[in-house]
Amino acid sequence: MTVETPENPEMPETSDDSVDTAAETGTTPTADHSHDDHGHGDEPSYLTYGMEKGLLSFIKSWLITVDHKRIGIMYLISVLFFFAVAGFTAIAFRIELLTAAPDFMSADTYNKAFTLHGGIMVFLVIIPLTPAALGNFLLPLMLGAKDVAFPKLNLASLYVYWLGAALLVYAVLGGGFDTGWTFYTPYSTTAQGPITWALLGAFTLGFSSIFTGLNFIVTIHKMRAPGMGFFRMPLMLWALYATALTQLLATPVLAITLLLVAMERIMGIGIFNPDLGGDPVLMQHFFWFYSHPAVYIMILPAFGIISELVSVHSRKRIFGYGAIALSSVSIALVGFLVWGHHMFVSGQSELSGVVFSFLTFFVAIPTAIKIFSWVGTMWGGSIRFNTPMLYTLSFLFLFLIGGLTGLFLATMSTDVHLHDTYFVVSHFHYVMASGAVISFLGGLHHWWPKMFGTMYNETAGRVGAVIIFLGFNLTFFPQFVAGSRGMPRRYHEYVKEFEGLQAMSSYGSFILAAGLVWVLCYLLYALFKGPKATDNPWGAVTLEWETATPPIEHNFHHTPVCVRGPYDFPEIDESLSDGKH
Amino acid sequence: MSGLPSGTVLDSVREGSFWFPPDASTTVQYVDPVFYYILALTTFFFVAIVGAGAYFAVKYRKRSDADRTHPSAGSHRLEAILAILPTLLMATIFWFGFRGYMNMAIPPSDAMEIRVTGQKWFWTFEYPNGARFSTSETETRAADGIETALVVPLGKPVKLLGSSRDVLHSMFIPAFRVKKDVMPNRYTVVWFEATQVGTFDFFCTEYCGKDHSRMISKVIVKEQADYDAWIAEELKRSSGPADGSKLFAKGGCAACHSLAGEKGVGPALNGVFGREEAMADGTIIKVDENYIRESIVNPTAKVVAGYAPVMPPFAGTFSDEELDALVTYIKEQK
Repeated sequence: MTVETPENPEMPETSDDSVDTAAETGTTPTADHSHDDHGHGDEPSYLTYGMEKGLLSFIKSWLITVDHKRIGIMYLISVLFFFAVAGFTAIAFRIELLTAAPDFMSADTYNKAFTLHGGIMVFLVIIPLTPAALGNFLLPLMLGAKDVAFPKLNLASLYVYWLGAALLVYAVLGGGFDTGWTFYTPYSTTAQGPITWALLGAFTLGFSSIFTGLNFIVTIHKMRAPGMGFFRMPLMLWALYATALTQLLATPVLAITLLLVAMERIMGIGIFNPDLGGDPVLMQHFFWFYSHPAVYIMILPAFGIISELVSVHSRKRIFGYGAIALSSVSIALVGFLVWGHHMFVSGQSELSGVVFSFLTFFVAIPTAIKIFSWVGTMWGGSIRFNTPMLYTLSFLFLFLIGGLTGLFLATMSTDVHLHDTYFVVSHFHYVMASGAVISFLGGLHHWWPKMFGTMYNETAGRVGAVIIFLGFNLTFFPQFVAGSRGMPRRYHEYVKEFEGLQAMSSYGSFILAAGLVWVLCYLLYALFKGPKATDNPWGAVTLEWETATPPIEHNFHHTPVCVRGPYDFPEIDESLSDGKH
Repeated sequence: MSGLPSGTVLDSVREGSFWFPPDASTTVQYVDPVFYYILALTTFFFVAIVGAGAYFAVKYRKRSDADRTHPSAGSHRLEAILAILPTLLMATIFWFGFRGYMNMAIPPSDAMEIRVTGQKWFWTFEYPNGARFSTSETETRAADGIETALVVPLGKPVKLLGSSRDVLHSMFIPAFRVKKDVMPNRYTVVWFEATQVGTFDFFCTEYCGKDHSRMISKVIVKEQADYDAWIAEELKRSSGPADGSKLFAKGGCAACHSLAGEKGVGPALNGVFGREEAMADGTIIKVDENYIRESIVNPTAKVVAGYAPVMPPFAGTFSDEELDALVTYIKEQK
């Protein structure tokens, strides 16, 4: 891919046929810039425009911006703030769990703490982490577009996110709630506390997610740069596309479910409460109909990031582009048919269990294909072990464990023993924390120079990646053993036998937290004091690297034209081809 | 494991293997072999994939800026093999899990049935001969020198017919590898046949609120003769004259109702008799025998102001004679 730049910047609209074509399609009319008297070189970056009018109006220019990059950065800051809150909560209850007996938390506080951790991590952090923060910044740039299709809707999604977050925070400050992030009935319809506010918070956050998903689907369909067919899109865009489909189709079901639970609390309508003729298991069906696809909302963007990183830093075309692209979409679709595997012991019929178990194995296959493809991409490459690549390797290791341990849970007889134990806790942390958070950290380091125009210290970055990898494994691996030995989840006190494994897990979490704080420190340093980054430090060939660093407000001076595949690196030696594909 | 010095992690967990608690029921055959089969397959693929990744990472590490890379963009044949092979292997995993699950789901027709009722935050066990007790009585029974646990005979199929009086709970016996949620609106079943005499854990594994992690008990497996002696003794206890304080413990009343004036999930009950209480609908009611009795069998009929209508009804739980004893006991609390 490249940008076809007119020879003479003074007369852009007449110099190049392809740009004219682009102007007609309405992507980035170059004429917009022709009234700009400044040379393109001194145009302020998206981070700083509006600064000359004073601090207040600068802040205002951020808050009312419709620039997808600024919205992405504001999402990033918000999400990282809540990540810190949820992380510190986790450290607090890991300290409590160091010993089998109650230490400094009451049972009530502990229950509220794990609910807070789960609720924030799922609804406020992992779901928006990559799509809304990184995705918002990257998607139009990678498409070669000026912005998303509906910039105001994009800003609205951020404000809706803040509103939902405020409702959840209100529920926490107003006494907290202890239902678990799953809100299972009839506990959630009968327990005391500001649960209705929490339900409304999660309900509201769903709309933020829907807005983003809708925006991304339309943008990808309508605003690809000239020359960029669907199969020339970077795999990150395929992943965001599949994610957006899932967000759009699954989130309304969660919204309805949460609303019904809230109405049950307020009005006693009797959908889920057996005293009124309702069925508590129905709520679990509704809930997992969303929340299983939600796992793919969390993990598909990770697949996109890893596909980009592994090819750019191996200097190789991705192994099996079509397989990765289509497997993302097939995961998104099959992911809708497996929700009942969360309910093998919940009292659903045996027949349902069998069908859901069977279908669950089908969703494992496209995931396996992706892992083979990423490893295959490294074959014959020229691999750089920089920070993004270390996170990529870390992701492959951790996600492989997460994926493979899923087989124990998809299998009906073993799931009966493992269900609702620490084995499950560990499994979904290997999938979601490694999947979403480790890949996000890899992506953040990869796109950091483009986002902020500075470089971080490479050694500090590698040290951070290694600390996080070690801390993560020490935290969660012992939980597999504890779980299969019978340790139930959500236990404030536990039988003495598990103390050793629990303590290992707690010490691991301290290391993990230290690693994350370390990353925050050197990134903040880099933000203010780091050396200036070049436009394309990794030698990537996707469109986001063709613009200035950091990008200008409208992304590109001229509509870029996509003339080659997203992974056609200059190092690739076509003469080595053995004729096979 | 045995070679490790004492005080290490592995030393602190009980007997059993690295991955599993003790195996004490016939259900183990449907779980452990399948677990180890999956473990072998996944370990193989994990080592193969991580090994390949590590090998490529070293072999194809960047050596200079002049490096040239291979133009391959994948191989349909290799991709097809890597899709079909795991599919076939996963089909075998599914089959073993399915077969095991079906065996676990269907109890033999001659299984002895024990009713298990979950309630925040204790279990009630009811035996075919009528013997009945709750884990909320653990302390009072311990004072009499009696253990409180689900006692089952060795080598005989036992079916637990589970239900709940309030929210969801779940019966989990790790050593037996069985688990099932219990619900307020239907019965669920687990069955097992114990293969080893001893004491094992019985956990609640469906989150149920404040004392979820205290809703734990034990399973005691006894030889048939010992079991017969125990159940005869237990029946004698269950059918003795109704004792209000024991019924108060058996019903788990103390979980929500203090007898020392502290406000809990429900109001404290000492001194309540004869007092005038404001109800949630604004009416004032003088607490008499009828109100106490009604509040036990149909608690949401008249709820004291300031409390949520969350108490489950106890209609059918206590006989008339037992209700009389309970009302008398509550009257006596000053």
